[in-house]
Amino acid sequence: MPDELTQDVIAIIAREQRLPAETISPEATFEELKIDSLDGVNIVFALEEKYNLTIPDDVAREMKSVRQVVDALRHQLSTASPSPA
Amino acid sequence: MHQVLITGFGVLSASGTEAGAFWDNLAAGKSSLGPLTRVSTERLTTRVAGEITGFNPEDEFGKEVDFLDRFSQLAVICARRALADAGLPQRLDGNVGNAGPANGCGLYAPERVGVLTGTGMGGICSQDQGFRQIYGEHQARIHPFLIPRTMYSAATSQIGMNTGARGPSFTISTACASSTHALGEAWKLIRSGAADMMIAGGSDAPLTFGVIKAWEAMRVLAAAGDDPARACRPFSRDRNGLVLAEGAAMFVLESADAARRRGARVLAELAGYGATADAGHITQPSVEGAAGAMTAALASAGLAPADIDYINAHGTGTKLNDSTEIAAIKRAFGAAAAQLSISSTKSMHGHAMGASGAIELAATLLAMRHDLVPPTANFSQPDPDCDLDVTPNHARPRRIRAALSNSFAFGGLNAVLAVRRA
Repeated sequence: MPDELTQDVIAIIAREQRLPAETISPEATFEELKIDSLDGVNIVFALEEKYNLTIPDDVAREMKSVRQVVDALRHQLSTASPSPA
Repeated sequence: MHQVLITGFGVLSASGTEAGAFWDNLAAGKSSLGPLTRVSTERLTTRVAGEITGFNPEDEFGKEVDFLDRFSQLAVICARRALADAGLPQRLDGNVGNAGPANGCGLYAPERVGVLTGTGMGGICSQDQGFRQIYGEHQARIHPFLIPRTMYSAATSQIGMNTGARGPSFTISTACASSTHALGEAWKLIRSGAADMMIAGGSDAPLTFGVIKAWEAMRVLAAAGDDPARACRPFSRDRNGLVLAEGAAMFVLESADAARRRGARVLAELAGYGATADAGHITQPSVEGAAGAMTAALASAGLAPADIDYINAHGTGTKLNDSTEIAAIKRAFGAAAAQLSISSTKSMHGHAMGASGAIELAATLLAMRHDLVPPTANFSQPDPDCDLDVTPNHARPRRIRAALSNSFAFGGLNAVLAVRRA
């Protein structure tokens, strides 16, 4: 069973990509999920909204799989201060 | 020079979400203007609009709907319908996706088919919402699709992506004449041989709080009164302004040679186009500019004033537009003006900004098909300044050999299309 953060990320990707969440593996790459660069930007936006933080461009550009998103998000949550409201 | 034929169209308007209902309402003289419901009227005085109801964009697009502002949604739906109406496949490159080589549909080389759309306000729904979030609600971030949704050319790009048309494609924005200019310039591309087929028309979805508030500030919007359906009264002495609306119409234009080769059903010939500029005032129209555009359209079509049976007028319902337009028609047509049937269908579908010209060309084609002049609805009192036959309230049977569709934009940018029975 994936941890809670992973489940949340999968839920957001499922919602934005109109995919059933159960078809998204934590190991899936964006390429496998047919997530293009614009879709990726949209997913990052949705994550920023949910967690009220700012994901820097250089971090966002490295997100190419569910795992990378979760790892980067975990890092941001542990280090970053909330973005100005 | 290649002759240009209209072989299909799709229309979405307050008056109807498919061509049959659209025409039935216009022919019956039935106004489809109603209470403004799209936005809260709490801080508005406006109470009437021409809203499209009864279609769900998500049904048409699925996930892709996220990428499309409402003006693009309306445009793409009309383009799809226009292709179907013309008896053409939904994709012209033979592909099922939007990538890969252009194989062709066997009728046209994809690079010989272009897309030319007109819009006055582009993706203003998305812009209004996004800017409200950052300015008004002080949100930290803005949606990443705001740019691809908002750009004025988005509808053209989305039609291209949906249909595989890879020829000359762009967008024209000339306020309320946008789609008439777009259709006219598309006509020129086929006429000159630069394209064999064009998907052309226009769309606008301006019913946002910010846009309505800005139009209110100009003091040209009609008061709803007791009956919103009667708010827009073009050419009537008691007219008191225009009614904002949303809508779209797209057309398939084909060179006559190519259309006949594939055995296409022909709706009409797009026979001529005239465009002029007043170079006068940013809101007040001039008789000379409007008359010049009509004269140019007639000349390019090889038509004499007496050949025209019907003019679908710009007819916004403002004091100044309508009297100026009648004076311009008299100047362009001389003695033949008295024989014309004229009407403003905006009295029924409202003023859909840059989409108006395309919607009104659809009305003109249907009038020609049915040999019936749609009326100017809500007409109650003759105005001595509008003393031509404006077809008050009731449709009139008349054989229409050729017709004009007028669009005169704020800023004095005038465009007129001439259509002839084919």
